[in-house]
Amino acid sequence: MNRLFLGVAGWCVALAMFFPILWMFLTGFKTEITAVATPPAVFFKPTLENYSAVLQRADYVQFALNSVIVSLGSTFAALLLGVPAAYAMAFFPNRRTKDILLWMLSTKMLPAVGVLIPIYLLWRSLGLMDTRIGLILIDSISVLPIVVWMLFSFFREVPREILEASRMDGVSQLEELLYVLLPLSGPGIAATALLSIILCWNESFWSLNLTTVKAATLTAFTASFADPEGLFWAKLSAASTLAVAPILTFGWISQRNLARGLSFGAVK
Amino acid sequence: MATIELRNVRKKFGKHEVIHGIDLAIAEREFVAFVGPSGCGKSTLLRMIAGLEELSEGELLIDGKAAQQVPPAKRGLAMVFQNYALYPHMTVAENMSFSLRLQGLSKAARDEKVLAVARLLGMEALLDRKPRELSGGQSQRVALGRAMVRQPRAFLLDEPLSNLDAALKAQMRLELVRLHRELKTTMIYVTHDQVEAMTMADRIVVMNGGKVEQTGSPLQLYQKPASLFVAGFIGAPKMNFLDATPGAANEKGMPLTLLNGRVIEAAAGWISAKPGEQLKLGIRPEHITLDPSGELMGQITALEHLGSRTYLHARLSETVTLAVETAGDTSIREGDRQAFHLRPDFFHLFDASGQRLAHKGDKV
Repeated sequence: MNRLFLGVAGWCVALAMFFPILWMFLTGFKTEITAVATPPAVFFKPTLENYSAVLQRADYVQFALNSVIVSLGSTFAALLLGVPAAYAMAFFPNRRTKDILLWMLSTKMLPAVGVLIPIYLLWRSLGLMDTRIGLILIDSISVLPIVVWMLFSFFREVPREILEASRMDGVSQLEELLYVLLPLSGPGIAATALLSIILCWNESFWSLNLTTVKAATLTAFTASFADPEGLFWAKLSAASTLAVAPILTFGWISQRNLARGLSFGAVK
Repeated sequence: MATIELRNVRKKFGKHEVIHGIDLAIAEREFVAFVGPSGCGKSTLLRMIAGLEELSEGELLIDGKAAQQVPPAKRGLAMVFQNYALYPHMTVAENMSFSLRLQGLSKAARDEKVLAVARLLGMEALLDRKPRELSGGQSQRVALGRAMVRQPRAFLLDEPLSNLDAALKAQMRLELVRLHRELKTTMIYVTHDQVEAMTMADRIVVMNGGKVEQTGSPLQLYQKPASLFVAGFIGAPKMNFLDATPGAANEKGMPLTLLNGRVIEAAAGWISAKPGEQLKLGIRPEHITLDPSGELMGQITALEHLGSRTYLHARLSETVTLAVETAGDTSIREGDRQAFHLRPDFFHLFDASGQRLAHKGDKV
C-alpha cells in the first residue's frame, strides 16, 4: 500500500515537472492562433512554420556553438581550479577550511544582480564585453563554489590509506593527484562536470547582460523571441525547444553517469 | 637492511600528547613487533617511522642518519596497510610496479621484478586481476608483494593479518616468518594480537598509553614481565592476579598472606619486597596444579576443552577467580569443589604501582 502510494506520488511529481516542457514542445508546432486558444487545443494539425520563422530570423547554429563553447569552457576552467582547491581542502585541511567552504557557498546566496554594475564596468574596461572568454570567465566563477563542494565531498570518500600507500611508493603531489586521486574519484568528477555543464548551459543572466551578438548563447536566443509588443507564444516555444533540445539530449544520455556520480559516496 | 633508531620521540595532536617520549633501537634484520591495546600509539609510532606523520619532538635515525625531514618514499621503507590499500583502478601487476614506474624503470625491468616477487609469493596467476576480484588473503599477498618489489631497507606492517580468518592468519604467520628469513630485511610489525607478536617477532615492544612498557624477546616477556600490564597482556588465558601481603623473608622463602587469610610460601630471592606492603601475586594458569592439599579452594564455574588441555575457571570468593590449566581428559565437572596448589617457583610479584619486584635471579 505504502509502495503503491509512493509510486503514484513519484509519477505525479515527474509528470508535473515534465508537463511544461511537453506543453512547450507541443506549442512549438501550433499556429499562433491555436497556441493561445481557450480551451487549450490538445489535438491540432502540426505545423513547422514557427521553426522556419525562428531559424530565418536568427542564426541558431551561431548561438548553439556559443552555448557549447561557453559551457564546456567554463566547466573546464572551473575543474582546473576546483580540483586542486578541493584536493587541498579534503586532504590537508586546517582550522579555516570549513569557514572557507562556507564562505564560498555563501557567494551563491548573493543575487547576481547585486554585482552586475561592478562586473559590467570591469568587463567593459577589460574589453570582455560580448566575448566568449568574458562569459566563460564569469560562468566558471559562478559554478566554482558548487564544483569545489562536490569535488570536496567526493574526495573525502577516497580511503586515506590508498593515498598514503602512493606516498610510500614515491608519488609527487601532482602524480598523486593525476595517477591516484583522479582515477579513483572518476564518477564523482564526471557528475560534477555534467552538473556544471548543465548549469552553464542554462545560465541566462550574464549572457543577457554581457553579450549582444557575437558571444550570445541560446538563452539569449530564446529571450530575443519574448517580444514586448505582442506575445508570439508559438515562436517562443519553438525557440525554447531548440535551446533546450541539445542539453536535454545530453542529460538523457548521461543520466546514468550523473545518478551514479551523485550517489557515489552512498553506495561505495 | 636498515637500523632504525628512535630518540625521545613524542607526538602531539593539537595539545594532546599521544606518544610520550620513546627510545628504541632496532637492529638490522630484526623482526620487531609493536604490541598493545588499541589506542596505545603503536600505529602512530609506525606511521612516524614511515613518514606519514611528523614527529612533534625527538629524533628518528635510519641507518644512523637523521630522517625526520626525509619524505616517505626516500626513506627506503615499504608499508603494508591493515586494509591493504591497493589501488583499485590498477591490476595486480600495475599495483606492484607502480613504485618502479615512478622511479622511471623500463617496462621490461618492471615486469621482471614483479614476476620474481609474484613467484616468491605464489601469485603469478593473479597478475592481471583487479583488486576487487581478489579474496582477502590474495589482497594481503598483493599488498606484501607491492612492498617487496621495491626491495625496501625495512618493512613496516600495520596489523596486516587482522582482516583474515583464523586459518589463513596462522598460515600467513608462518609465511611472514619465512619471508623475513629469505629477504633478510628489518621488519616492524604492529599488532594488537599478542599471539602474532609472540609467534613471529625476535623482539616485542609492549606499548600502553603512548609509552613503552617493556621490550624483550617473547620468552623474556612471558617469563619476566616487567609490569602488571605486560603480565596481563602477554599470554592467554591471562595470568591470574591475587592480592598478597609479604611477611619477613628468610633464606628459604617468604610468607605471603592472601586475602582469605591463608599464608603461602613464595620462593626465596625477592629482594625488594617490604613486609606488610600491598602486592599483587601473579601466576600463570599452567603453574597451578590440582592438589587435594592445596592452599586455595574454589568452585569450578566453567571449563574450556581444547583437546590437548583444559582450562578450568574457578571461583575462589565473590570477586576472585582463577584460571587453571589441566590435562585434556580431566574428569572434573562444572560445580565441583577443587583445591589448588600454586607453584612457588613461578610467582610474579608486583608492587602497588604495578612494577615487578626485583628478584635476585633477574639479569640486571
